[in-house]
Amino acid sequence: MSGVSQKVVHQYLRHNKKFPNVWCAGCSIGIVLGSVIRAIAELQIPKDDIMMVSGIGCSSRMPVYVDFNSLHTLHGRPIPFATGIKLFKPHMKVIVITGDGDATAIGGNHFIHGARRNIDMTVIVINNNIYGMTGGQYSPTTPSGDIATTCPHGNIDPPFDICQLAIGAGASFVARTTAFHSLETQNLVKDAINHSGYSVLEVLSACPVIYGRLNKKGNASRMMEHMRDNSISIKAVDKLPAEKVENKVIRGILKQDTNMPEFTARYTQLVESLREKADKEA
Amino acid sequence: MSTEEKKEKKEKKVITQTEAEPPKKWVLMQGNEAVAKAALEVGLNFFAGYPITPSTEIAEILAQEMPMKNGAYIQMEDEIASICAVIGASLAGAKAMTATSGPGFSLMQEGIGFAKMTETPCVVVNVQRAGPSTGLPTKPSQGDMMQSRWGSHGDAPAIVLYPDSVRETYELTIRAFNLSEKYRTCVVLLLDEVLGHMREAVCLPDMSKFRIVNRLKPTVPPEWYKHYDEDQKYLSPLASYGEGYRFHVTGLAHDVYGFPTNKPVEIATMMKRLKKKITQNIRDIVQIEKFMMEDAKVAVFAVGILARSAKSAVLALRKEGFQVGLLRPLTIWPFPDDAVRKMLKNVDTVIVPELNQGQLVHEVERLTKDKEDSDIKKIQKANGELITPNEIYKKIKEVL
Repeated sequence: MSGVSQKVVHQYLRHNKKFPNVWCAGCSIGIVLGSVIRAIAELQIPKDDIMMVSGIGCSSRMPVYVDFNSLHTLHGRPIPFATGIKLFKPHMKVIVITGDGDATAIGGNHFIHGARRNIDMTVIVINNNIYGMTGGQYSPTTPSGDIATTCPHGNIDPPFDICQLAIGAGASFVARTTAFHSLETQNLVKDAINHSGYSVLEVLSACPVIYGRLNKKGNASRMMEHMRDNSISIKAVDKLPAEKVENKVIRGILKQDTNMPEFTARYTQLVESLREKADKEA
Repeated sequence: MSTEEKKEKKEKKVITQTEAEPPKKWVLMQGNEAVAKAALEVGLNFFAGYPITPSTEIAEILAQEMPMKNGAYIQMEDEIASICAVIGASLAGAKAMTATSGPGFSLMQEGIGFAKMTETPCVVVNVQRAGPSTGLPTKPSQGDMMQSRWGSHGDAPAIVLYPDSVRETYELTIRAFNLSEKYRTCVVLLLDEVLGHMREAVCLPDMSKFRIVNRLKPTVPPEWYKHYDEDQKYLSPLASYGEGYRFHVTGLAHDVYGFPTNKPVEIATMMKRLKKKITQNIRDIVQIEKFMMEDAKVAVFAVGILARSAKSAVLALRKEGFQVGLLRPLTIWPFPDDAVRKMLKNVDTVIVPELNQGQLVHEVERLTKDKEDSDIKKIQKANGELITPNEIYKKIKEVL
């Protein structure tokens, strides 16, 4: 299986340009990248139609490696950049790669307003619960009590639930998975891209070198096992007794509303109605 | 031919033009309106902004007009988002603009730096209000002169234009787009609040008189494309997203392909490029008006609305037989060093009126260090009021 899968992935990478990558050994971001690429390959979207936009941070380095239209922007700002591109070229498939800090701290405002507009883009939030690239400061998703370099005595902040935030802000597609479930990630990326509207996909990701080390979570494989053992598919939730669901992370599509009108479609509609009106008057 | 004669001739030409053309060409127009109309004429097809006094009319007019003209208009959640959307759209091929005022302009600085670093054309209009902070939303100020030059972190050149009338606002808006497309950078149009809101009878220029510059497009096959390929003038073609080039853009230091680099040689090349494309083309970028400067012994150096106060004072004094003149840059950054040096060589005293506590005057002073007998007089006002012709008149009289 890996042979075939690698062949697919390699078709989408900028081989001669930017490898090896910046990610630490054991980091899950590369797994997510693989899932994203395989999803795009399965959907058979032409490379020219894919626009990959990212902010700043570990996950946001992803666009460098892929042979798409790629834009690595400012910290927290990928969604407004993507909004400009999508609104000007609505036919493009816009994928935003962002992290927990990028999307929900500095970029929190843009994250919720993208959702409110329901502009068609796929926002993949790779959540590793920490600021990795700057060396381990706490993020809005660092669990309370956990250690980070800027909360050495334990985090006193309660964390955001990214999916609940997106749902609350009006995103029309919200899903969650983990890097351990790479096939599920691949399928959810496909669903998110296929959904016309603002799609948020939170992918829990292991950062063993920084978050894991600071919080004694074990090595990379231990952290992957933790993701496997502490999450439940939304399909299984109803069938399981309450105590088995308690404190578990729910994976799968948490919200999908296909009736919400999409922003660029609404804009196109406005343009057309104005033209018709002008034609009638003329 | 003296400047006065030239000026006279120019005015005569305008009169004949109006006689020949239908009267509808004359319009009563606000500075902000001129920005919006000119931008549409020059091909603006993307606007993102956030409302702020005294710039809002620009957004309001464009919200009305753009959907009809097949452009995209969006009100973003803040100024940071606005400049980011503008840059994104520009990279996708749009002629893009945003308009704001002081506090919003501050928020945009990181994005403006990104546009400069990534060499993405865009226009930012800053209708200045008095600061610091929220300041005086409906009062004039020239407090953002240094912000427009140095507001963004890092070290990159700036192109900043500064009109003095509604008609010139129209023309400089077109020029701002042309320069941004040609030099692949963010061009700032600075407006005085008074100019933004003031209505003047304007005879709009015929668009056929302007050359509209569009960005150079690559002609090479995609695999040969370098996002920052340079010819001798450091100007290079710019592909748009979605047209088969699949290039990478980053705010990180990058190589000629746009990929991040840490190599000192590549970083130095990149930095040199950013600087040289402006400095090597300074003659093309800098515009300056010399008003009665031929034999002037005293000169006023003023920009924007204050240049009009100064012009009245100069005219009054000329009638009295004094040799006074006015030097008015239409491009304040890059600073018109050569013109100012020449002026300093020929005059005894320079008067610099500004609606701030001293910004451009430092640039004039910088150029006097090798001149012993130069005298620079300042008139500075930062209370929300204009400097009147009479105040400038009196100051000149003091030194005559």
